[in-house]
Amino acid sequence: MKNYYDVVVVGGGPAGSMAARFAAEQGVSVLMLEKDRDIGYPVRCGEAVSRKGIEEFITPDEKFIASHITKFSMNAPDGTEVVLPLPEEGFVLERRIFDYELAKTAAQAGTEILTRAYVNGLLFDGDAVAGVKYEFRGEQHEVSAGVVIAADGVESRVGRWAGIKTHIDFRDMESATQYTISGIEVDPNTIYFHFGSNAAPQGYLWVFSKGSTSANVGLGISGLIGKKKSALQYLTEFMERTYPDAAILTSIAGGVPCSITLEKISAPGIILVGDAARQVNPLSGGGIASGMIGGSIGGRIAAESIRMKEPEHLLTYDKAWADRLGKRHETFDRIKNGIYNFSDEKFNSIAHSFAKVPNDKRTLGSLFRTALLHNPGLLIDVAKVFL
Amino acid sequence: MINDFRQAKTGKLLIDILPDKCDFCGCCVGVCPEDAIELKEAEIFIIDERCTNCAKCVWSCPIEVIKFNKEGVRK
Repeated sequence: MKNYYDVVVVGGGPAGSMAARFAAEQGVSVLMLEKDRDIGYPVRCGEAVSRKGIEEFITPDEKFIASHITKFSMNAPDGTEVVLPLPEEGFVLERRIFDYELAKTAAQAGTEILTRAYVNGLLFDGDAVAGVKYEFRGEQHEVSAGVVIAADGVESRVGRWAGIKTHIDFRDMESATQYTISGIEVDPNTIYFHFGSNAAPQGYLWVFSKGSTSANVGLGISGLIGKKKSALQYLTEFMERTYPDAAILTSIAGGVPCSITLEKISAPGIILVGDAARQVNPLSGGGIASGMIGGSIGGRIAAESIRMKEPEHLLTYDKAWADRLGKRHETFDRIKNGIYNFSDEKFNSIAHSFAKVPNDKRTLGSLFRTALLHNPGLLIDVAKVFL
Repeated sequence: MINDFRQAKTGKLLIDILPDKCDFCGCCVGVCPEDAIELKEAEIFIIDERCTNCAKCVWSCPIEVIKFNKEGVRK
């Protein structure tokens, strides 16, 4: 351990590991601090991701793949199920192994990593962030940094300490809870989504297969719904209805920030990546791939600014992110706001219409077209996604 | 015992945080506009001088760990 690193990354999830790796690959010194005792654990995630989403960063490996996903099952409130093939393969991951492997790639690039290091404050040089304070084994420490990368997840406190407004509107926070269950029967290649007021109003319930006898079963609801009934109650009711005899291997809570990216994700001496920057896809709630993209851009720009000795270069990160994904997320967010207000009747009638589409004509695109017939106002926003 | 109970702006009920049931997921921290919740690996508490009792943490908690205490107002 040194008392200065060019880059200090706070948080060892996918975004943090990629930020650390992409910075270290440019030859700058990098330290990554993780508050929990293990990288990758506990897993607060449904663990589904597309092949394309991860293979930019790591070669898909069976040791962290629980299931290969080729089909998407939409379940309407009245029980109608429609199944369609996915345009590209997806995975349900074993995040505890996956995150570990990502951190190893960061280590391979030269990153030093410390777990059980709880960051609780920032160091400043004038107005610029210049390091972090952290607790490790009951003792308070400080480490100076050229750039601090906040990858501290849904809490996103590090950015706040730098004066960035990071808190998310409670209506956009999807409060989630999940069981990993076993002793059930599922198609190992299908991910199941349940919509409607019974399952998960203003959100969705997922059953992501992990093999043919296990699955992640979870749901997220808006804070607006949580005001009246908690995510835990919705999940308990679904389990009683659907899998009353299942064994529960893991139960976990989590928050998914489903909003557009923060207005500002950089400030002098600091940038925010991943969930901390609100880089989650606000429509799907998926944050693994987008977090790794955010992290990789952030790590690259942080290292460039150190090497060029141009602190202002850090502030180009906002635009680089917006151009790669941020603007796209704004469109996804508008679609989300349209879909989240769908009534049960609307979900039912979309499923009924789609059930009439012959199997070989079923695609995500045709499902969208069916949905659009029921809500033409969404058309413009959906069109933008595909343009 | 003033630290154990928080008064909500929204009415006369109190906010009660139950660390023993907490999963330390960070939902409440993410929605707190005042940065008033401290959350370590397995430790959570409200920072008294920052909390404005806005109750957003209550509404966002997925597993009913931060709840209204129905016993009434405490001073």
